Amino acid sequence: MSDGFFITVNGKPVRVTAATSVVAAVMKSNEPFGFSVHGEPRGPLCGMGICMECRATVNGVPHRQCCRMVCEPEMEVVTE
Amino acid sequence: MRAAFDVVVVGAGPGGIAAATVAAEAGRHVCLVDNNAAPGGQIWRGFRAETAREHPHGRGFLQWTTRLKRTSCEIWTGWQAIDRPTPGVLRLERDGEGCDIGFDRLIVATGARERFLPFPGWTLPGVMGAGGLQALIKGGLDPRGKRVVAAGSGPLLLAVAAAIGSAGAKIEGIYEQASLARLAGFAVTLLGHPDKLVEGAGYRLKTLGAAYRTGAWVVRAEGSGRVEQVTVTDGRKQWTVACDWLACGFHLVPNLELPRLLGCRITGGYVQVDGQQQSSVESVACVGELTGIGGLDKALLEGQIAGWAAAGHEAEACVLAPQRQRLQQFAERLDRAFALRPALRNLAAPETLVCRCEDVPHAALEGHASWREAKLHTRCGMGPCQGRICGSAGEFLYGWENPGARPPVYPAPVSTLAAEAAAAEPAHRSS
Repeated sequence: MSDGFFITVNGKPVRVTAATSVVAAVMKSNEPFGFSVHGEPRGPLCGMGICMECRATVNGVPHRQCCRMVCEPEMEVVTE
Repeated sequence: MRAAFDVVVVGAGPGGIAAATVAAEAGRHVCLVDNNAAPGGQIWRGFRAETAREHPHGRGFLQWTTRLKRTSCEIWTGWQAIDRPTPGVLRLERDGEGCDIGFDRLIVATGARERFLPFPGWTLPGVMGAGGLQALIKGGLDPRGKRVVAAGSGPLLLAVAAAIGSAGAKIEGIYEQASLARLAGFAVTLLGHPDKLVEGAGYRLKTLGAAYRTGAWVVRAEGSGRVEQVTVTDGRKQWTVACDWLACGFHLVPNLELPRLLGCRITGGYVQVDGQQQSSVESVACVGELTGIGGLDKALLEGQIAGWAAAGHEAEACVLAPQRQRLQQFAERLDRAFALRPALRNLAAPETLVCRCEDVPHAALEGHASWREAKLHTRCGMGPCQGRICGSAGEFLYGWENPGARPPVYPAPVSTLAAEAAAAEPAHRSS
């Protein structure tokens, strides 16, 4: 695909395409997704907007569900 | 209120798309609302006109979306229905913005999610739903070279394993908890549904090379910081399989939050509807997985029936009744074939978390008489998913009934709720 571009996940550049969901981009980055209220590592479970495990700060807005968003050029994602 | 429509359809999967298309073609002013970035729902997730033809379900997608685009139906993506502040009005939220839309007829097509059951290690990163992993791959996750175990229950397992396998993952095993005897009975009933039989056979061919075991299930997942291996049992012996991802879901459960909020009568886990898809609440119809887990064909058909009925064309809706009955029976057979075995209730260890949002373990929940009691004592179900994950587990493990839905039925920023409440206030005063 020629329509690739970069976003950053915790400051790390990740190459994606316009059809890539933000959750897929974070998984590609190998950055940890987040932690439970007692500090256990967690990752996405449902992939479809139900479990809320894939929340991250996207372009400064906290608690966005990454599985419901598609990547845009220069997007900044910070896992929580 | 920002807009008003003759018909509002919530959920742009096959059922919602069919309903909106038919109602709009019949001349109604229709709005199709969906909380995802694009229409399609789960089965048509990520489909695009250029590539859909390559997929077994692509033709239907192209036909329906082409028809829909020819109508005047408005498609609102990214909007989540969160409340019904007054009859005939639906409150939506998107990116912190609120919006109330009016309707004469509402068609709810919110589909289904996977049922998740807790077992030791199910909260490790890398353990996902089966449909969940497929959704992530449709969203661009690269499965090439990954070792995947698919487990749980339901026809989705084979479909997902086939899709993931053909996308380049190595399927290390497919474990269906239902017994062969139950599935054999189901296969016989499938003969009345030739299209589905072909579909099933196709999946099996593609998954050649991977073991499809019935009467087997995962008892635990282990790994340091993420899943590295799973232990599987057939009820007699146990064995271990190394993997990068475990795709594990136990069939599907309908997304009942909105019908519950609206007050629709629910029986045996599904919304009760009449032959025109009308629920117990006036002007509210429900279609697709909400009325029984039956997949694509059932959703498309019920969507059309609801679309005709909403447009006042009851006769056209009645023509489809025989097909509807056949597909409803198919859904009932699916439920029976993939019924959960009681042994799955014993998978959770005392320290296994049941509520992932609030980290509430099994030991803290056993003995509570109801969902409400458990909530008050343990915070189970009070986290961001609002009990969507642990609710269906609690139903199966402890026999708790869902206590109903309260607004907002989906997490929304307080700012949205406050703004909408302020906007609504003068209207309340004058009435």
